[in-house]
Amino acid sequence: MPGFIESLLAAPAVAPALLIGSLVAVTSGVVGVFVVLRGQSFAGHALGDIGTTGAAAAYLGGLPALYGFVGVGVLGGLAIEGLGERARERDVATGIVLSLMLGVGALLLYFMTQRTDATGGPVAILFGSIFTVDPSIALPVALFSLLALLLLGFLYRPLVFASVNPQAAQAKGVPLQGVGLLFMLALAIAVEESALVAGALLSTALLIGPAAAAVRWTRQIGAAAALSALLGLLAVSVGIALAYQSYFWPPGHRGWPVSFFIVLLVLTEYLLARLLPARAARRPLPRRKEAA
Amino acid sequence: MRNLDPLRVHEDSVLDLQGVAVHLGGRAVLQGIDLSLRPGEFVGVIGPNGAGKTTLLKIILGLLRPDEGTVLVAGRDVRAARSLVGYVPQSFAPDPDLPLRARDLVALGLDGARWGFSLGGQRRRAKVEEALGWVDALRYADQPVGRLSGGELQRLLVAQALISDPRIVLLDEPLANLDLRSQGDVVALVGRVAHERGVTVVLVTHDMNPLLSVMDRILYLARGQAALGTVDEVVRGDVLTQLYGHHVDVVRVHGRILVVGGADAESLTCNTCDS
Repeated sequence: MPGFIESLLAAPAVAPALLIGSLVAVTSGVVGVFVVLRGQSFAGHALGDIGTTGAAAAYLGGLPALYGFVGVGVLGGLAIEGLGERARERDVATGIVLSLMLGVGALLLYFMTQRTDATGGPVAILFGSIFTVDPSIALPVALFSLLALLLLGFLYRPLVFASVNPQAAQAKGVPLQGVGLLFMLALAIAVEESALVAGALLSTALLIGPAAAAVRWTRQIGAAAALSALLGLLAVSVGIALAYQSYFWPPGHRGWPVSFFIVLLVLTEYLLARLLPARAARRPLPRRKEAA
Repeated sequence: MRNLDPLRVHEDSVLDLQGVAVHLGGRAVLQGIDLSLRPGEFVGVIGPNGAGKTTLLKIILGLLRPDEGTVLVAGRDVRAARSLVGYVPQSFAPDPDLPLRARDLVALGLDGARWGFSLGGQRRRAKVEEALGWVDALRYADQPVGRLSGGELQRLLVAQALISDPRIVLLDEPLANLDLRSQGDVVALVGRVAHERGVTVVLVTHDMNPLLSVMDRILYLARGQAALGTVDEVVRGDVLTQLYGHHVDVVRVHGRILVVGGADAESLTCNTCDS
């Protein structure tokens, strides 16, 4: 086993993959808790999907996929939040933005397939390609992660209030729309970053899975965010290790996709959380002494 | 003895509405509303659906500007007096997995609108503990809110509304979805806590009967107009007939009050019946 870890870390593509994967896992894990609280899984998934359009455009323009993912994700997120004020409207707005952007994305992916130098491109965008990502992208990924986490730190209390009890929050002066828009920005960053690792189609898994498991195991939002980040880290790093190992597996000895392992691990975490009643069941507590 | 000089009364009052009117889509939702509420007073707001109850609350919360008239909270413009108004919204049904303890929910009423994280601190903790004590919720202070009963949640929302030391607290249908016993508990609790703390209570409900023992005055809304006074002054056939614009009977049975509309089936109103 120690030999395996040594050879894993010595492999040239693995260390950057682990670094970028860890940044993404932490960001997605923390943001994901609020996505679960606010019931915005669909918006999160849609942002991942429409990211393909941006990534394809970036590829055709010779830019790193990250900028295409994040650029289009942020615009799409703002469009979804801006178009739909109520939950029901937002659902429809999400669907409309999603289909419009995917239509354009289909065209761009088609252009990509027409270029002989881009055989693996569409697959990399849709299903992730952490081992082929340029290591120099780690710095912008870190900066985007920092931005998303700082944004969440700034929004923390009004965001919790607005997510849990919006009417009371509004009466206390929380600007619900402003908070929603800024959160959408953090969400777009997290989703599009994880699209880089797990692929546009599977980025929701890293966003929702660890968070959904974490909220069942904790009773405070801060603790849920920390646990969710840890569960995401676990899934990404074990997933990368397994993907590295899979270069020795049949059929082609070319390695299985990382996203397959990550999604499998995330699903396992979620199923464990559903099956194990890990958070202490409700029990009568001893009556505290009355305040003096 | 209460000073009856008009200026003094005005200074004393916690909530003042003068000639308030609201029109939505060409329809007058509220018109000619004048009222003045005293500190520590318990006022029940009753009226049929569409009478303007929710609109009235929005105005007092400063979420809606009336088309005519003035609204003052403790003598100040409502939007400058937001911290003086506590609010318990109508529906709150947290997800069973929501990772939020009872004490966290209450703390949101203290500083939930401020940016950033709470730095915690002894004083904040003590304040939350105190508010939990007011509503007798210390026993389940560390329980996740998704696992609490409707009555337990209602107590927490009352603590959340009161923790910022408001002068007036508004409760929107707090008795809906509660069984009869919990209804009585919530009413008694709100009455006691508000009385102890000198907070004016405005409680909206479709059934006045659970409030009869604690309510100082009743604000009866119908067709966008209001009648304010004691139950004996307002809940009378002649007063309500004028308010509704058609014949209304008030029937008292075993200490309960029923308001029954005329024979015209369309206008039949029974404010003790769940609609």
